[in-house]
Amino acid sequence: METIIENELVRELANKHGRTRESLIPILQDLVVHNRFLSRQDMVDVARELDISAADVFGTATFYSFLDTEVRGKYVIRICKTISCAMKGKNDILSTIEEILKVKMGETTPDRKFSLLEANCIGWCHKAPAMLINDTPYTELTPRKVTEILREYIKK
Amino acid sequence: MSSQHVKRVDLIFEKIECRDVLKKIVDMEPDAICQELLESDLKGRGGAGFPTGLKWCFTASEKDPVKYIVCNADEGEPGTFKDREILDLVPGKVFCGMAIAGKAIGAKMGYVYLRGEYKFLIPKLNEELKKFHQTMDEFNQNFRIQIRLGSGAYICGEESALFESIEGKRGEPRNKPPYPTKSGLFGKPTVINNVETLVHSVMIMKYGASHFKELGTKDSRGSKVFSISGDTPKAGIYELELGMTVDEFVNDFGDGDTKAVQVGGASGFCVPRKKFEETIIGFEGVPTGGSMKLFNSTRSMYNVLHNYLDFFTEESCGQCTPCRVGCQQLLKGVEAVKRGEKNSKYLDELVKLAKTMKRASKCGLGQSVGNAFGSIVENFKEEIIY
Ligand code: SF4
Ligand code: FES
Repeated sequence: METIIENELVRELANKHGRTRESLIPILQDLVVHNRFLSRQDMVDVARELDISAADVFGTATFYSFLDTEVRGKYVIRICKTISCAMKGKNDILSTIEEILKVKMGETTPDRKFSLLEANCIGWCHKAPAMLINDTPYTELTPRKVTEILREYIKK
Repeated sequence: MSSQHVKRVDLIFEKIECRDVLKKIVDMEPDAICQELLESDLKGRGGAGFPTGLKWCFTASEKDPVKYIVCNADEGEPGTFKDREILDLVPGKVFCGMAIAGKAIGAKMGYVYLRGEYKFLIPKLNEELKKFHQTMDEFNQNFRIQIRLGSGAYICGEESALFESIEGKRGEPRNKPPYPTKSGLFGKPTVINNVETLVHSVMIMKYGASHFKELGTKDSRGSKVFSISGDTPKAGIYELELGMTVDEFVNDFGDGDTKAVQVGGASGFCVPRKKFEETIIGFEGVPTGGSMKLFNSTRSMYNVLHNYLDFFTEESCGQCTPCRVGCQQLLKGVEAVKRGEKNSKYLDELVKLAKTMKRASKCGLGQSVGNAFGSIVENFKEEIIY
């Protein structure tokens, strides 16, 4: 017989946000903050907690690009690739980061500290190129500036 | 070259005492609020331009005892960043606008749907929200606002997709009708307004509809906050009077070598140099949610178009075939033309496809892909082919 192991965090978040359907996304968002991504097990546990199907939870989660269903690093770098940033040298920024972290676009460093992803316009086009590291925006990037920013994060 | 300058306005960012406006509306009849908005001719500032007063009136006339106000702060149109600045600099005015709308239609609950990319604004917004709720209590108004965060999906800026998202589902647009004024969030009558629209409503209640109407043109009243980027020495956020021509705009904001202006972001229209003079920025010409992107002669319009198509292909919710498949075909199509695998006639086929998407797509995303596509292909054909 399968024993159900309580998922403390999921329970806690359901207590905080409630157990109606509209609580689903806030719960998933908080899970991503805690665990850096949504594991299969977490999604199943959320489904049980809210009494909806796991497929439904999975279907909802995969719709949103910030609700990661793959393992991500502690710091998720999202580089804007939309038009202004593309025009103002986003490629140089990207290659600088790839070189420093020794990862390619879409990858996570082996120590799970950084993930490198692309994003669509993040709302800083007048200060392009721009990127987000977790929730913090960085703008008017140059290869030098991005090197300094990453150094700070590497030290953390 | 005309020397006329575009008129700067300072209504949206003007620091005002929101308390005073709230105090005034507390004693007003809901109908009087709706009428004032109608009188002002304010049109929604998110891009679609529906008359705000009408939206409020329709919702007010619904009998349902539960209604909602939703502030659409899911600003995701490439080239648009004005709502971020409004939320950052004058958040109290946004909440105040929601309270006014709430009073007008009889709603007790409002939601701000903030795009995930702006999560860093949350602490500031929460602080301001606390003050706002205190003021509401003081005035014996039982109106509450909740902030909901998006999770990186452009389509959630579409109003019905946004409702779905708040309800905890995939952000897929709904069939219309019914419209939100009848059946919106949780199936209840809902007013959904853009951030900037709500702030305009505050200023209209403060200064009166006639003051607002002094600005702009017959079809485009008032001022508008513009997000200006691309090849310009003055990239940034500006509040300008509506009704200027692209030519006037370029004189003020261009770098001297502007060959095209994309008005209204990726879903808007590309205006080439030869049409600058005849094109008015506003509802009588090219409407815009605020994004103005300038391109100078060093830019390849093929790259621009390709970037836009890439964007739409990724952000299409995939629910309906014309948009899902159409976006992919347009992208593959221009690539094939560029590589020389298809001849230039093929571009005409693609323009036809874009027109079909406009007619057959379910929501504004699929319907508007053709705007950028058609206007860039038509005006910069050589750059697409060679
Ligand atoms: S037009 Fe595109 S985004 Fe809109 S519902 Fe259809 S597939 Fe989804
Ligand atoms: S295009 Fe990169 S932030 Fe808008």
